[in-house]
Amino acid sequence: MRRLLSRLGLRTIALGYLAVILVGPLAIVFWRTFQDASAAWDALTTPETIHAFKLTLIITAIAVPVNTVFGIVCALAIVRKRFWGKGLLNAFIDLPLALSPVVVGLSLFLLYGENGWFGGWLNEHGIQVLFALPSMVIATIFVSLPFVAREVVPTLREVGDEQEQAAFTLGASGWQTFWKVTLPSIRWAVIYGVILTTARCLGEYGAVAVVSGRLQGQTETATLRVQERWEAFDVAGAYAISIVLAMIAILVLVAMTAIRPKEERA
Amino acid sequence: MAFVGLPLAALMWEATSEGTQSFWDAVSSPEAVAALKLTLAASLGVSLLNAVLGTITAWVLIRDEFRGKVIVNAIIDLPFALPTIVAGLTLLALYGPTSPVGIDVAFSRTAIVLALMFVTLPFVVRTVQPVLQELDLEVEEAAHSLGASQTRTFVRVILPNILPGILSGVALAFAKAVGEFGSLVIITGNIPFQTEVSSVHIFGRIESGDSAGAAAVATVLLGISFLTLLSIGAIRHYATRHDR
Repeated sequence: MRRLLSRLGLRTIALGYLAVILVGPLAIVFWRTFQDASAAWDALTTPETIHAFKLTLIITAIAVPVNTVFGIVCALAIVRKRFWGKGLLNAFIDLPLALSPVVVGLSLFLLYGENGWFGGWLNEHGIQVLFALPSMVIATIFVSLPFVAREVVPTLREVGDEQEQAAFTLGASGWQTFWKVTLPSIRWAVIYGVILTTARCLGEYGAVAVVSGRLQGQTETATLRVQERWEAFDVAGAYAISIVLAMIAILVLVAMTAIRPKEERA
Repeated sequence: MAFVGLPLAALMWEATSEGTQSFWDAVSSPEAVAALKLTLAASLGVSLLNAVLGTITAWVLIRDEFRGKVIVNAIIDLPFALPTIVAGLTLLALYGPTSPVGIDVAFSRTAIVLALMFVTLPFVVRTVQPVLQELDLEVEEAAHSLGASQTRTFVRVILPNILPGILSGVALAFAKAVGEFGSLVIITGNIPFQTEVSSVHIFGRIESGDSAGAAAVATVLLGISFLTLLSIGAIRHYATRHDR
């Protein structure tokens, strides 16, 4: 009896905690937005908002493939190779997770800015990096760097390298081995990592806020647009964009839930 | 590595470009110190809350059975998937001036704790869950049948096993909390000496053109991040000591 009571008690605490912190707030925003759906639709279809979403998608479309390739290469290097500075690489790859996005943004700002190390050279050659798409892409790649590698590393360890060795002995080239043996065995981990990376790219705010200059209709992403609408007292507009971003987040959760069991089996 | 290292080198270069004295002045200015104290206190408090609530949630997800558990398990990752700016906005909708439940914590320090709890929620749950899953239920039952009370079973049998998981989850949550920005800008009002945390303070300095000052405070945050990562590495090293 006491065991049952304490079990129910713990369940209540856990579910209450999730309801108060996560579900409640999100439900309110959904409810308020759909009370006046036409206003939300109007807010979403303004040229600036459409431009903001497009920009977010462009940045994500560049950052995700780059990070996927980089993540797989890094994971292979960390698990399969021995080289000098491996421990350092391992530490560096986790750093973007522990670092404040504002610090990331500021670092890039200082590197590519007018008086920065690269800024002078870029300026002379007429290449605009800061307050333009390139710096925003670089910032997004930076903050979402570790996700693919972190998912792939444990899977790669678990799979072991016997199959790769076998393929190699049977005369497969390194490239063939990678495509036919290694990649299929880590594919769910890669997909999982890609989903996490995509979510992070779509939602990036702090780093991009620093390097973009937040020029309306030019360097304003969807998340920056939420902030701008909020500060302009356009609550309906801020909510509407937030709802779209939240729906994407929910899709991400559904995808994660669908893939997780597969990953554990693989 | 250059991709990560070069910008950070540029940051530290800028921080010390005007000499160590101006670095120290920027870091020890009253506003910067107040922001850093608030950041560390709030992050520490939220990390401890996470240790308790996260462990309970992980336990419920592994040992308890109820309808809709799959959905609850999926919702845990919501803070990973939801943009932080949206997180701040939704919290303000429920706990702000227009709150339907009559709780208004906007622009207060409670709001900071709330926002940080939101963004750090998954860490402890997700580091404890797999360890608890691996832990044999039989061990718990053995302790129980030998006459150990529930509390005693938890403290002597379960806790030693999941402690490394809790600690690394707490460290991750702490790192995230110290650097958090997006969810705080809307909900805290960014009032200096009251609700301004370090990341917001840095952003303010960038906006006002004081990039050396911003870089100095950012270097302190970078140091904290690095130390936290090191301690996570140490915890992992300790936790896997029997496997080596």
